[in-house]
Amino acid sequence: MSTAAAQTLDHRCAPWLFAAALATTLPHAWHQPTWLSFLSGLIFAYANWLWWRNERLPSRWLLIPLVALACVGVMYEFRTLLGRDAGVAMLVLFMSLKLLELRSQRDATVLITLGYFLLLTHYFYSQSIPTGLWLIAAMTIVTAALIRLHGGTASQPLPTLRYAGLLTMQALPFMLVLYVLFPRISGPLWGLPQDAHRASSGLSEQMSPGSFSDLALSSEIALRVHFDGEIPPRDKLYWRGPVMEVFDGRTWRPHAEQKQPPSIEALSPPIHYESTIEAHQQRWLLALDAPVPGLKDFGINHTLTVTTHQALQQRARFALSAVTNYRFNVQEESGVLQRNLALPKNLNPRTVALAQSWQHVETDASATVNRALALFSGDNFAYTLQPPLLGENSIDEFLFQSRRGFCEHYAAAFVVLMRAAGIPARVVGGYQGGERNPVDGFLVIRQSDAHAWAEVWLAGKGWVRVDPTASVSPNRVEGGIALALPDSEPLPALLTVRADWARAIRHRWEAINNAWNQQVLGYNPARQREFLHQLGLANPNWKNLTVLLATLMGLLILALTAWTFYARRRLDPVQHLWHSALKRIAKSKVNCAPWETPLALQRRIEIERPELTSAFAAVVNAYLEARYSANNTDLITLREAIAKLP
Amino acid sequence: MALLARLKQKLFRWESDGSAPFRLSQRRIFIIPTRAGLLYALTLVAMYSGAINYTLALGHALVFLLCGLGLIGINHTFLNLYGLIITPGRSSPVFAGENAYFTMILRNERKTPRLGLRLQVAENAPVETQIAAETKCEIAIPMLAMQRGWLHLPRVRLSTVYPLGLFHAWSYLHPELRCLVYPQPIYMPLPADQSTTNAGERHGDGGQEDFAGFRNRQPADSLHHVAWKASARDAGQRPLLVKQFAGGAEQELQLDWQLTPGNADTETRLSILTGWVLAAEAAGISYGLRLPGYEISAQRGDQHRTRCLEALALSST
Repeated sequence: MSTAAAQTLDHRCAPWLFAAALATTLPHAWHQPTWLSFLSGLIFAYANWLWWRNERLPSRWLLIPLVALACVGVMYEFRTLLGRDAGVAMLVLFMSLKLLELRSQRDATVLITLGYFLLLTHYFYSQSIPTGLWLIAAMTIVTAALIRLHGGTASQPLPTLRYAGLLTMQALPFMLVLYVLFPRISGPLWGLPQDAHRASSGLSEQMSPGSFSDLALSSEIALRVHFDGEIPPRDKLYWRGPVMEVFDGRTWRPHAEQKQPPSIEALSPPIHYESTIEAHQQRWLLALDAPVPGLKDFGINHTLTVTTHQALQQRARFALSAVTNYRFNVQEESGVLQRNLALPKNLNPRTVALAQSWQHVETDASATVNRALALFSGDNFAYTLQPPLLGENSIDEFLFQSRRGFCEHYAAAFVVLMRAAGIPARVVGGYQGGERNPVDGFLVIRQSDAHAWAEVWLAGKGWVRVDPTASVSPNRVEGGIALALPDSEPLPALLTVRADWARAIRHRWEAINNAWNQQVLGYNPARQREFLHQLGLANPNWKNLTVLLATLMGLLILALTAWTFYARRRLDPVQHLWHSALKRIAKSKVNCAPWETPLALQRRIEIERPELTSAFAAVVNAYLEARYSANNTDLITLREAIAKLP
Repeated sequence: MALLARLKQKLFRWESDGSAPFRLSQRRIFIIPTRAGLLYALTLVAMYSGAINYTLALGHALVFLLCGLGLIGINHTFLNLYGLIITPGRSSPVFAGENAYFTMILRNERKTPRLGLRLQVAENAPVETQIAAETKCEIAIPMLAMQRGWLHLPRVRLSTVYPLGLFHAWSYLHPELRCLVYPQPIYMPLPADQSTTNAGERHGDGGQEDFAGFRNRQPADSLHHVAWKASARDAGQRPLLVKQFAGGAEQELQLDWQLTPGNADTETRLSILTGWVLAAEAAGISYGLRLPGYEISAQRGDQHRTRCLEALALSST
């Protein structure tokens, strides 16, 4: 064994290893720094050139400084060597540098092992169906390289690839069994580096002018919701996120939390739904307004935002319930109310003055609210993704000069007006609306559905949702952003495409992705327990799972072995060909009796069917040659003779 | 210890396989992971903990797929040997100090080729081979012949790591194969000619007067001429022999044990005789061989030479 490993590498094996290296590293070029991809590509090309010219590989003394240099480069780029991205970069560099060191079989084995490992790193960046398929193909290429390495020059390219494909296919049942039954452990096992999870766009915990219009350009999916019953009407679909109470003149932020539970009085029956939220790195969930308290796994804070213990770093599924008609905190603490009346001093004087003028006229708070909404629907306010930049007194400038804004502008201006008029008010961030996918019935909410609205506290009614955007552009709530914005606005192509066929294809593709996310990627320890419970394993633990797994794996191996043995136990090839020859002549109404030898049959044919004589004589000759001759090596003659039979 | 040896014998088949063709069955194929296989397993463990740590669903799937690949690797490596039919071949005699080649015919009845086969005798350099689908191939295993006499092929280790190199399957072959090793020739001047006396006096027609040795019987030979006694000597192993009679010999040389240096040891003396046989044959001289208790009358030709060399190889002097 050791002698085999130390053997020098067959020159003609190298292209396979190059292919394996390329297949396992190429997709990283999309998200790696350009210089890194360029360097790896250069090394790759250099290795290929050396191979082509049959030149000597560079000495170790050249490689060591090269490795050191690469390490310094990665260190400089990522400020660490241990993070996820830095680690991947190092692996890619090692892979390409190993190509300059392919001397022995052992080097090739190391390269291939590295290749298998590199396959895993692609899942840091994407776990979609195309990635999964590509990686199965890449794995097959790596396996083919391994087969070529051990098969020597006799393994031809195409059969080698086919063999690798066969091995992959045979490994698939094992993967399925293990995926479903192998006891799952919830990660992480140890502290994760800072960049462990993909930075993702999405709603943030702060709101300043422009933060929502950026999101509106993204057609990425934020969450998918499956309702147990009917989907509620569109104007009820407010997906509540963080509630922002503190305003510094430009940015809205949530207030440091208080541990006081909210009180919700339900005025409609609860709606149950299951929500799959994409990772957004935040500690709150998006829940249909208003979430019903009393959830087991997460809390609801005093502003009615559903919170989790950890930031959401993976796509996750939650079962939630909501009531769409409710009274929320009719009795509110005075501290909270005070907080929601606060405004930054000496800012936005005109807005404050306007609101105070209303306060003197109107006695009823609802009337003040309506006045503000009437202001938005009347006075030439426009709903646009491209509002002009605003200065220090942003609300004043917006209300009295530009009058062009996106939802965050309207929500902010409305809340400032209310607070100035003495009505406690705050900004709520979240999503509004959603699109039902007719293929799987899921409601899909995209980043472009991100929305900000306001909440005012009215005596006797509690916190009441007010959406000032609806006054400016009723279409935003009724039909979604694509309808609400004028055609000249730059929206992502996906959202503006109105052709039915394109929409149908998109729906289908998203439904497939959803099924993939739900059924395949979402198969976690909890789902496994659930599934095993359904299988009848009332109390799945390591012991009985191991027994079950071992049994199934053993059965699989047995089935595979039995199949190959069965295939082997068939007739020997010569006999097999003779039988096929008999089948051929049976078509010409000549049947061989069980006791008839080939020569006897030939004699009978000579007499009974002279027209077959010469063709059949050739078969008999070839058969006897193949069967009894000392120097036969192949069955080509016999095959050819049989092919010539009528 | 004795028990262990017996177990080893039972397990690893030290007993002979005979000279008939035999098929490799599962009972005599062994399989263990290679060092690369262990590295692979370690890599999988590392990948698995990575997949858990980063909660990569597809990472789990990949690890399980590679795990399945490793498992079926066992099967495929095993099948690369399983069902192989081995027919012991023949080997031509060699001189001591040369490589003896033992041939075996490996037959593959499968529809797929068997690649990466490796045959190894003791610590010698292995012979690599492969057999295409539904064919057979003849393979010669070299082995250095050190001593004259019969060289028996020790058990041969047939091994493979194909296709993935993660597992190493092997089987011990012990076919009944032997090769005759002639003594290593030492070239010394031919001894002086002692029997040229009759040259020119005999005018035989090459017919049937003077007994000149035996040769294999041809179908045309009359049964009357068969030397039954001589034919029976080798227990019927060879074809029937016919007495051959020669006409007048031009030159006849008697290569006698007594002519070799008396102070040299037996092997050296046999080696000298071997050298003489070769030299005489090359010179076209008729020669006879006289060993203590065994004599071959003067003759010439390949067959005669072979007889002499065989006698020298197997001499028990």
